[in-house]
Amino acid sequence: MSAPLPWFSRNAIALGAVALSVGVLAACSSGGSSSSSSSSSSSGSSSPASSSGAASSATANSTPITVGASLSLTGDFSADGQAFKQGYTLWVKDVNAAGGILGRQVQLTILDDKSDPNQVVTNYQTLINTDHVDLTFGPFSSLLTAPASQVAARNGYAFVEGAGGAPSVFDTAWNQTDHNVFDVSLPVADELMPFVNYIASLPAATRDKLTAAYPSADDPFATPPVQLAQSKLEALGVKTVYSKVFPEESSSYKPQADLVANSKADIVVLGSTDVPTVAAFMSEFAQDHYTPKLFIAAAGPDQGASFIKAVAPAGNATGMMVPNSWYPGYADAASEKMVSEYVAQYGGTASGVNADVAEAYSVGQVVAQAITAVGSVDNAKIISYLHSGVTLTTVQGTAKFDALGENANADGFIFQWQNNGTKFVQVLPATSPGSVPILAVKPAWAS
Amino acid sequence: MGREVATAIVDGILTGGVYALMAVGLTLIFGVLDIINIAQGVLVILGAYLSYSLFNKLHIDPFLGLLITIPAMFAVGVIIHWAFIRRLRGTERTSMTLLVTYAVALIIEGTLFKIYGANNVQISPSYVNSTVHVLGFYVGWIYIWGFVLAVAGVAAVYALLYRTRFGRSVRATMQDETAARLVGISVNRVSALTFGIGVAVTAAGGLVYGATNTFNANSGYDLISRLLSIVILGGMGSVGGALGASVFMLTLESLVTIWQPTWAVAVYYAALVIVLLYRPTGLFGRKAVRAQ
Repeated sequence: MSAPLPWFSRNAIALGAVALSVGVLAACSSGGSSSSSSSSSSSGSSSPASSSGAASSATANSTPITVGASLSLTGDFSADGQAFKQGYTLWVKDVNAAGGILGRQVQLTILDDKSDPNQVVTNYQTLINTDHVDLTFGPFSSLLTAPASQVAARNGYAFVEGAGGAPSVFDTAWNQTDHNVFDVSLPVADELMPFVNYIASLPAATRDKLTAAYPSADDPFATPPVQLAQSKLEALGVKTVYSKVFPEESSSYKPQADLVANSKADIVVLGSTDVPTVAAFMSEFAQDHYTPKLFIAAAGPDQGASFIKAVAPAGNATGMMVPNSWYPGYADAASEKMVSEYVAQYGGTASGVNADVAEAYSVGQVVAQAITAVGSVDNAKIISYLHSGVTLTTVQGTAKFDALGENANADGFIFQWQNNGTKFVQVLPATSPGSVPILAVKPAWAS
Repeated sequence: MGREVATAIVDGILTGGVYALMAVGLTLIFGVLDIINIAQGVLVILGAYLSYSLFNKLHIDPFLGLLITIPAMFAVGVIIHWAFIRRLRGTERTSMTLLVTYAVALIIEGTLFKIYGANNVQISPSYVNSTVHVLGFYVGWIYIWGFVLAVAGVAAVYALLYRTRFGRSVRATMQDETAARLVGISVNRVSALTFGIGVAVTAAGGLVYGATNTFNANSGYDLISRLLSIVILGGMGSVGGALGASVFMLTLESLVTIWQPTWAVAVYYAALVIVLLYRPTGLFGRKAVRAQ
């Protein structure tokens, strides 16, 4: 029989277990928390849904249309989640001001998933089975959309979303069967292709001398486009000098950034999911006196004021590029109206409007058109309608869904910060309407 | 490869200094008061926001601002102790502190969110990206100052605990609370001051963390598991151990990153488990650490 451990040893092991548990929880949950809190941008009673997924008729029905969404209001994706909330709220305000849909006002309930893939499942179960909302809107990020869509599929709900463009969202077994996911935004897998095509347009002699680094966060949104870009650029003769996937929950990005800086790559394609990752790499590159000629990140620079506030000085943003299908300067009447409304309501400038706002707003627009077309909030009819090949309009352009719910009409563009970090402009494809000349060499970092 | 290894070691030492600065307060509270302060990560972020506000609103240099933020965080610590910690008694005290300090973390996080919103920010004085060129490496001044602060902070806390009458009172209280009362030590006062000091040092940790990373109100949760593991690895109550463990863990993580970054976190925690199996008191801990 072993001797009892001294007090200190017992406690060390017990507390070690606590630390490990917290660490495991943090690793499993991006938000680092599994508890739920709810907030509602509007409140009130909701009409019960039918077992097949809310089949209430619109005929002579003046009760509100209830919409439920889970968003990352706290946790790692909180900046994006808050922007999404603004987009959804702005759409509800606009649609209600215009008399609602089918003469019914829209009520939106938002629950906080704390950026946690487990909590998002619980939230949609609550929204569907307890709150009996008529319709569900998607959460933020592919990481959360994939598990959330299963709950919607199981209950026969259409799942229209704006920030779940990764292949892992569409390739799920339930979406292959139920076809209930519809992404109004750009599919992410080939979102870097305009950038690849730009490199392809360079003279072969120039291209063959280029080197590239591909650091990427371990995330379903970030990795696929970076890997595709790497394979395409390698085929074009661009030499890969660094390619590693790093964990999203990293104690410091300094080691990864320093390794990229040591590689002295001409091009950096960063698989990022948020602003902190991009800002950390930028800061470390500046300290290493290393400025890549071209620096493109999968996400982060498209977050408007959130991005500019996080990188300092703002001039360092100059030359930073990001793929997307929308930017605040998009020449579209509905988009311009939304941007001006956003600035009026939340302040700031047009360049500071987060692309998440437009993605969320587009979700509402697509659903509103579907409800109007089918004359009810019957989810089965909405799913069928959205798969009918119809072309819908959004502030991001048009949307037309393929068999798996990807937006086949979404055009990918590359946007770039220019003019000392004060202008966010469309640069690629160079021949597309609205594109301005690309800043082909990123200026050195300000010290 | 040689340059990559050298870079990783330098990175580990420098980022280890940043983490030590954040962990030293936790080890003080953890080891000396038997309080598992889950709120320490959020308190680091509170310290970072204080420095951020002083710099952005009042244009006070963040390092100079420590003259304000350290006393402010000390006051926060004393208030937390007075309001929540001192009421916990009995055999369940240690486990109850987990819940209580988690609640404190939620309150602080919610308050910070209301004030500052969800956007990430960074403390960005003009010198934040300034570097010095040493032996072929660019080393950021902010990391150098962070490391210097860490060493100074560890030395100051060590001196306070083990070389002063107050420190003796603290350790006497924890060895035998009843005996400490009998010899005239005000146990509640000593506990409150110790907790205050443990929180006060997060002002320095928050400053360096906030100048080397973007952060928002939620960032504390990413920190706390690392800080706990550092404290345990270093040896509970060993303030020097916090520095040694931080440097060891972050250097190990940097080295693993050369090979495969996705394994860095796993190796980090695997190292903790292995060390605990063979040295349950941690790398630098001693069974009688409080009796030094």
